[in-house]
Amino acid sequence: MAAVTLLETRDLSKRFGGLLAVEGVDFSLPQGQIRALIGPNGAGKSTLVGLISGRIPASAGSVSFQNRDITHLPAHKRIAAGMAYTFQITSIYERLTLDENVALAVRRVSPGNEAEVDSQVADALNHVGLEIRRNDVAGDLSYGHQRLLEIAMGLAQKPKLLILDEPTQGLADSEIANFKNLIRSMAGSTTILLIEHNMDVVMDTADFVTVLNFGRILAEGTPDQISANYEVQAAYLGTTDA
Amino acid sequence: MSDAQKSLTLTICVIALLLVLHFVLPAYHHGNLARIMVLAVYAMGFNFAFGYGGMLSLGHALFFGAGMYGMGLVMQHLGWPAGPALIAGLVSSLIVSTVIGFLALRTSGVQLMIVTLMFSQAGFLTVLYFGEWTRGDEGFVIQQADRMLAGIDLSNEANRYLAGLLLFAICLFLLSRLVQSPFGKVLVAIRENEERTRMLGYDVGQYKLIAFIISGTVSGVAGASYGLLFGYVGASFASVQYSILPLLWVLLGGAGTALGPLVGTLFMFYLIDITSGYTTAYLAIAGLVLVLLTLFARHGIIGEVRNRWLKWLP
Amino acid sequence: MDFGPYFVLALIEGAVQASVLALTAVGLSLVFGVMRVVNVAHGEFFMLGAVLAWAVATTIGAHPAIGFVLALVIAPVVVGAIAVSADVLVLKRLKYDPENTIVATIGLLYIIQQVTLMTYGPDARPVEAPFNQRLAIPWPEWGEGGLTIGWPWGFGTTSYKLFVVGAAIVLLIVLWQIMARSKLGLVMRATQLDREMATAFGIQVDRVYAIAFGIGAALAALAATLIVPIRQAHYLMGADPLLLSFIVVIIGGLGSLPGTVAAAVLIGMSDGMISMFFSPTLAKILSTLLVAFVLVFRPQGLFGSRGR
Repeated sequence: MAAVTLLETRDLSKRFGGLLAVEGVDFSLPQGQIRALIGPNGAGKSTLVGLISGRIPASAGSVSFQNRDITHLPAHKRIAAGMAYTFQITSIYERLTLDENVALAVRRVSPGNEAEVDSQVADALNHVGLEIRRNDVAGDLSYGHQRLLEIAMGLAQKPKLLILDEPTQGLADSEIANFKNLIRSMAGSTTILLIEHNMDVVMDTADFVTVLNFGRILAEGTPDQISANYEVQAAYLGTTDA
Repeated sequence: MSDAQKSLTLTICVIALLLVLHFVLPAYHHGNLARIMVLAVYAMGFNFAFGYGGMLSLGHALFFGAGMYGMGLVMQHLGWPAGPALIAGLVSSLIVSTVIGFLALRTSGVQLMIVTLMFSQAGFLTVLYFGEWTRGDEGFVIQQADRMLAGIDLSNEANRYLAGLLLFAICLFLLSRLVQSPFGKVLVAIRENEERTRMLGYDVGQYKLIAFIISGTVSGVAGASYGLLFGYVGASFASVQYSILPLLWVLLGGAGTALGPLVGTLFMFYLIDITSGYTTAYLAIAGLVLVLLTLFARHGIIGEVRNRWLKWLP
Repeated sequence: MDFGPYFVLALIEGAVQASVLALTAVGLSLVFGVMRVVNVAHGEFFMLGAVLAWAVATTIGAHPAIGFVLALVIAPVVVGAIAVSADVLVLKRLKYDPENTIVATIGLLYIIQQVTLMTYGPDARPVEAPFNQRLAIPWPEWGEGGLTIGWPWGFGTTSYKLFVVGAAIVLLIVLWQIMARSKLGLVMRATQLDREMATAFGIQVDRVYAIAFGIGAALAALAATLIVPIRQAHYLMGADPLLLSFIVVIIGGLGSLPGTVAAAVLIGMSDGMISMFFSPTLAKILSTLLVAFVLVFRPQGLFGSRGR
């Protein structure tokens, strides 16, 4: 399959004071792929997706999305161009209902009549299994359910690219199993960039893996290639996650 | 009844009650309530930015004053009639709140509070500086003969009350509609979680600026109407105290509620009215209420009622 | 008469203004630095200091110097104690939430001001200076016989004004030493840097906050006691020091003591100068706008480095 490139970065770098958090990253993500971004703590994963989504301004380099240079677009315009972003630390509207949480995501993409918004909200909540709680206040949900709600908010935007920053962090094993199913159910329809610590999840869901270390790309390959890669193992030595 | 219908019914009942009161209240309270309704419009304007948009300004007297002086100065010096003068007040506060919003909203939280306080103080001092035209602290009176709008004499007590009620009703309906619109929902979303809202693809800066301008302009319309209805324009209306008052009213009534501004203004007005019968230091009560509210009732009267009993309250 | 003498006179007035301002603003800055809250009632602590100084001086009734020295001790201590109780009763319960604290201190402002009105009354009352010799200021002039020293405008200033400047400098140095050398200073700086870390090291943050709030208020009261022989005590006198302290603290960089002192000198001197040559109202308009623009475009202050 001659894949269309959805997202591409060229020589992307970010400097915080004297620290180069991301250095000269050339990253390319074809449409429809589920890509895992892994690496030890402090490797620059969150900074890289911050640069891609526009939350963090780049020090050098460029980002293009759907063959359009978006390096100088503010975050909200990048989202409007078809990205969706879930935060590493769950970020929802705790005092609003699930319904309103998701409706805010839907309305930006397809403003218009409330009945239509309503049915799309129901779809998104249904997808993550939270539809029966749609009138509850989001802050009352368990931590795992809050994560799912945030993913539903991402899905509801019908994004071309869904960025998930450590979505399984703090989830119970049974919840992780559900999450894997959720990701697989999106395969093919949505391009996903997944930052993940849990190698199990990476192996089971990702089509392709990018390994980041000290702000640079260390290796790229299929999950099997990566798990056999000596350098990657070395980079993870001493960390408990791998 | 759905929640939206209940809210609408309640709103209509409140307006109807205020209309009934016009016929039954003794003169003293009738006059007070006329003032309270116009001041409640000011509080509603403030509430739109603070209660719904989460933008806490300590400088709204600048917009109230901009409206009042925009109206008063063109009447006093250019001899404009009341109608165009009111529009001049609206436009003046629209311009001022646009400029201030554009500058001040580059900051948020505590910095926003101080920046708005400083701009407003500069505005107040400007009124004093140009005392030749504004007559400074002393202010100026708008002559009874000039206070005619569409052939209605606004210096007449009954007309004044009804004009205040009309203004209040219009603002209440418009702002309630706006709060329930998609725009209002995004505004609340920004108040609840600004970063999340930005990362849902909303232009947060633009939403906040528009809300700030609406807030400032409603406050300005209240200022212009207050000056016209009660026939006096003075620098004290642009002072820090008039920036603190709407905060006090809104906190007392309930920030982010539709009727909180009216309830808060009403309570505070009478609290100060009664206290000033006993002491010249009546502002102490305002201070005490502020401290007690922050300590024990962050949601204000309507907010507490909503949290405890009536979840549907607008 | 020449421009020069006016200039020197303005310079001295400016120095007095700057000294008092520096003390007051350092108090506000300390509170902001350590507690990360803005105390809007700071000007009222200044006013309370002046009113208490008057009360002490009048009650003693002995030689003005005795009353003054007692006031210099009692006023800051009492005001500091009031501030500590306000901290414990109100601010602590608000968990020092920045916005709530501002609203609550606005409330305190009205309470303190209005209670003073009820008790002390609406009059402005003077306190006699402990000493007040008039001093002439020499001025070099080119006369027919070359350079001569003249006394072109007779009496220029008073010894008390020079004392105020000296006292403020000494007090600031003492404060500086306390912050830099003493255990209390160390604890406060640690809390300012990282509250959680300070707690982990066994520092009782709540107590540090109460002390910082007390010292901040006491500094304002001290400044007021120094100035009250020059300016009278009045229940509304807190507004100007509050505004000027704000200006100073913001321009000097929030929470930075050296920046605050530098800004106090700049603002104190220029405010005196501008007020002398232009209208005081215009001077205030310009300085409030300056603060607003600094906060909008350079929030770390004109002198501050970009810190945390």
